[in-house]
Amino acid sequence: MTDAALAEGRRGFYRALVLRRQLILGGLALALALSVCVDLALGPARYTLGQVVEALLWPGAVDDQVRVILWEIRMPVALMAVVVGASLSIAGVQMQTILNNPLASPFTLGISAGAGFGAALALAFGVALVPFSVEYIIPVNAFAMAMLTSLAIYGLSLRQGVGSETIVLLGIALVFIFNALMSLIQFFASQQAVAAVVFWTMGSLTKATWPKLWIALTVLIIATPLLARRGWALTAMRLGDAKAESMGVRPRALRLEVLVIVSLLASISVSFVGTIGFIGLVGPHIARMLLGEDQRFLLPGAALSGALILSLGSILSKTVIPGTIIPIGIVTSLVGIPFFLYLILNRRVASW
Amino acid sequence: MVSLTLRDVSAAYGGREVLSGITTPPLQGGQLVALLGPNGAGKSTLFRRIFGLLRGQGDIRVEGATVPRPIAYMPQDNGARPVLSVYESILLARMQGRRLRVLPEDHAEVERILRLLNIGSLRARNVGDLSGGQRQMVGAAQTLVQNPQILLMDEPTSALDLSRQIDLLALLHRLTREEGLLIVVALHDLGHALRFADAAMVIGNGGLVACGATQDVITPHLLRNVFDVEARIEPCTMGRPHLIVDGRAGHRA
Repeated sequence: MTDAALAEGRRGFYRALVLRRQLILGGLALALALSVCVDLALGPARYTLGQVVEALLWPGAVDDQVRVILWEIRMPVALMAVVVGASLSIAGVQMQTILNNPLASPFTLGISAGAGFGAALALAFGVALVPFSVEYIIPVNAFAMAMLTSLAIYGLSLRQGVGSETIVLLGIALVFIFNALMSLIQFFASQQAVAAVVFWTMGSLTKATWPKLWIALTVLIIATPLLARRGWALTAMRLGDAKAESMGVRPRALRLEVLVIVSLLASISVSFVGTIGFIGLVGPHIARMLLGEDQRFLLPGAALSGALILSLGSILSKTVIPGTIIPIGIVTSLVGIPFFLYLILNRRVASW
Repeated sequence: MVSLTLRDVSAAYGGREVLSGITTPPLQGGQLVALLGPNGAGKSTLFRRIFGLLRGQGDIRVEGATVPRPIAYMPQDNGARPVLSVYESILLARMQGRRLRVLPEDHAEVERILRLLNIGSLRARNVGDLSGGQRQMVGAAQTLVQNPQILLMDEPTSALDLSRQIDLLALLHRLTREEGLLIVVALHDLGHALRFADAAMVIGNGGLVACGATQDVITPHLLRNVFDVEARIEPCTMGRPHLIVDGRAGHRA
């Protein structure tokens, strides 16, 4: 072989790698678009995909009734599934990256449980953790507790001798603490309040409204480029701290920066839709399996796969029992727990 | 030409001062410098201190650098995580601190380094599937691909077979001559140091023991006092200085 042909063959390896990953990302995006359309079509009034696409592209040309149902009622819910799924999955993938632990996610680190506790305080006793949060007292409370929880996790992670396994155990301890506190609240609260707390912790997209969607989307749109900017450094973190340091990465500073960003992402999501577990665990791992560790592909891949899973979950929650929307937190847990077990049992196989 | 000068440099590790008072003449580009010393003397600590990963007293001065990040550091542990392919992990080292977009010259540089180290056939392999020696070559590639002017390499030959050891050290020696680099390598093989290094720095007992031209530094006296061996340095049949070890000195038995 001539030198030129040899060089071409070599480039070919990397080019094929990139092309395959781009195709996978494109496929995920396409699947997501389709899933959102199906999600919009399903409900008490059923529409065909054609009607949905028509109402999406030319809202003026369809019936008022169809337009209102699709745009005002179903659209915020369907898009909230996308935004929350992407946010939780991005939060999960970066928690796993900076803590170097495949089991890290907003759910397993207790951030969701913290948010639930904050929400329960508001629902049961009207306690506002942040003054003047009248109208948004529940999400603001949830957000405040979620942020406090992630800061606690970070603080504990700085202690000498605290490894990544310990951090996940600490997270699980936090989950137990918050669950106990929730039970305490429920014991003292009125029956009505208990029902509200229970429903909140099940996680439901039906709480979605356009204003909430805009807030969650804004945070996602701000956070993603901030994380992408650190793409090379975050990829290097997967080689271990020592190796990352030798490439000029400052692991501690990077950890703090990323943890603040992903806590914001996770907290906003959880505070608006309640506890939706396992998206931050399953989404990232599917992305890793499909795309590898290069953050240029992993980050968008995790966002897309998380969004896709939650969107599919939304469809599932409407179709399992016709006429009833099962809280989506239940659906994602039922699908997520077997995957979680698989991860625990196959840790040696994966790249951790 | 780039140069590195240490003035009264100290380094602490885990709250304990490991090294202190290290002062060197300017180490000039175009030289291969061997960093020598027994286990635990602080070779890695000194590298980490120079690279900026450890704090301490003293002054580390780099002069004549023409690139923003003149120093690259190859740690002893090159990581065995099966995370990336060889090609990607070398590219990753080059792209740190840069934008996400990979330019054609970055690929060209990765290819050049793969060729230089003769590891092109490994490019598609996962780093986790490589042997220790192969991983060490990848680590060397990751250091070189950053186009530094000063390289700090912590025992880059420790896992290599003999011919690869010679290949790598000869290559590093050549690069100091052709590209004016200053390369500091921590070595345990004093014979290699005698053969390839222009200068040698010896550390022990928490400080600098000697620094100068290799043949002036590596002497029977130093070998006895620092490395605890009785040894001679004699010209071999080809006229090169050669290290012959007769046995333990028994000072610290």
